[in-house]
Amino acid sequence: MIKSLKATGSQLADSAFQLTVLRPDQADGAHLPSFSAKMREAGLFPLRPVAPAILQINVGKMCNQVCKHCHVDAGPDRKEIMTRETMQLCLDALARTDIQTVDLTGGAPEMNPDFRWLVEGISKLGRKTIVRCNLTIIVANKKYHDLPEFFARHGVEVVSSLPFYNAGKTDRQRGEGVFDDSIRALKMLNAVGYGQEGSGLVLNLVYNPAGAFLPGSQAGLQQQFKRALLKDFGIVFNDLFAITNIPVSRYLDYLLESGNYAGYMEKLVAAFNPVAAAGVMCRDTISVGWDGQLYDCDFNQMLDLLVASPVQHIRDFDAAALTERAVVVNQHCYGCTAGAGSSCGGATA
Amino acid sequence: METYYNPADLAKFGNITEWQAEAGRKFFDYYGEVFKDGALTEREKSLIALAVAHAVQCPYCIDAYTTDSLQKGADEAQMMEAVHVAAAIKGGAVLVHGVQMMNKAKELSM
Repeated sequence: MIKSLKATGSQLADSAFQLTVLRPDQADGAHLPSFSAKMREAGLFPLRPVAPAILQINVGKMCNQVCKHCHVDAGPDRKEIMTRETMQLCLDALARTDIQTVDLTGGAPEMNPDFRWLVEGISKLGRKTIVRCNLTIIVANKKYHDLPEFFARHGVEVVSSLPFYNAGKTDRQRGEGVFDDSIRALKMLNAVGYGQEGSGLVLNLVYNPAGAFLPGSQAGLQQQFKRALLKDFGIVFNDLFAITNIPVSRYLDYLLESGNYAGYMEKLVAAFNPVAAAGVMCRDTISVGWDGQLYDCDFNQMLDLLVASPVQHIRDFDAAALTERAVVVNQHCYGCTAGAGSSCGGATA
Repeated sequence: METYYNPADLAKFGNITEWQAEAGRKFFDYYGEVFKDGALTEREKSLIALAVAHAVQCPYCIDAYTTDSLQKGADEAQMMEAVHVAAAIKGGAVLVHGVQMMNKAKELSM
């Protein structure tokens, strides 16, 4: 199994080094305009948020997989996970706001020992939970086998990565055997009603390209995935989110190692879409790190780019004060503004 | 190294309108229309383009439609099958002329 950048002592494990690589004046990116200049041209700089509608909580970097494109640099060797005390601060913050959606991510969020406690707490507050489930965790260990029933009991929306509808591409990105385990897990989710018409249990899949290219039309890909998964495995799901890989952490490492960095960045810049730029998810989302720090998005979190606000920790959460901030942007943001746009909910334009 | 084909020139394709704006614009409008989702999906059209790119041996087109096919969600097996279709037609086009050769040979032979 490949290891995290942190475990191998890679320079790219250091967020400051990543930001140096991403600088537009670096040799590889010599011809690229800065993202802020591009946004200024589009009349979108500084980028102002609206009132937060989604609280995205990253409950930790621990994961049972070590995917090649992971922007979190997650893996079994990562021990940074959110404590119950910090989760309580998240619940306290939620109770003080009218944010209706909580988006749980990781790592594999289910590996946090207090994951179920947090979901139950969100449920008690009457808010909706989205969990970014990597699927294989459901079959990784007996103690996770009942996750589909647990999710269903709390009406959790499940969003799961499946980069392709066959094993070859999926396993190259996510690890040997991941496709077969994902299919098993999808069948378990379908069995309790997930993705089934009329069940009210939502199962969305995430497609992201297995390489240095951009995703095509979300609608076209969804049609292919639906047809192939139904025909080959009898699996159903609701929507497919096509997400662009962001040049951060292990995906940045892949781009550099494969000699695709400059070409990929050029593609992102050439595909800059002002409509997608106006609809970026950081405008209505606040991202919480495993230690309670606040960020504009999960990518900024991994680059240690804290929100530009006097409020920088969940214990001080103040939706009105945070709405006054300007979103912190950098070169990686081109990933969310390319083509039809990209967000945790798929295309934005 | 200098070569006849420079990958960077692909990005300059649009510049052909500089010397003949109207014809160039009409070509690109037509091109855009052709590749839209229609009776064939965008992915199917991309695979056809990939096969034709090989048949006409256009390096720019091969790069462009390899990337485009991947973006449209084609997998490697589909892409290689498209290339085989091109090869079969090209090969078939050569071999079917064998009939003409046979006809002529028979005409000239005792």
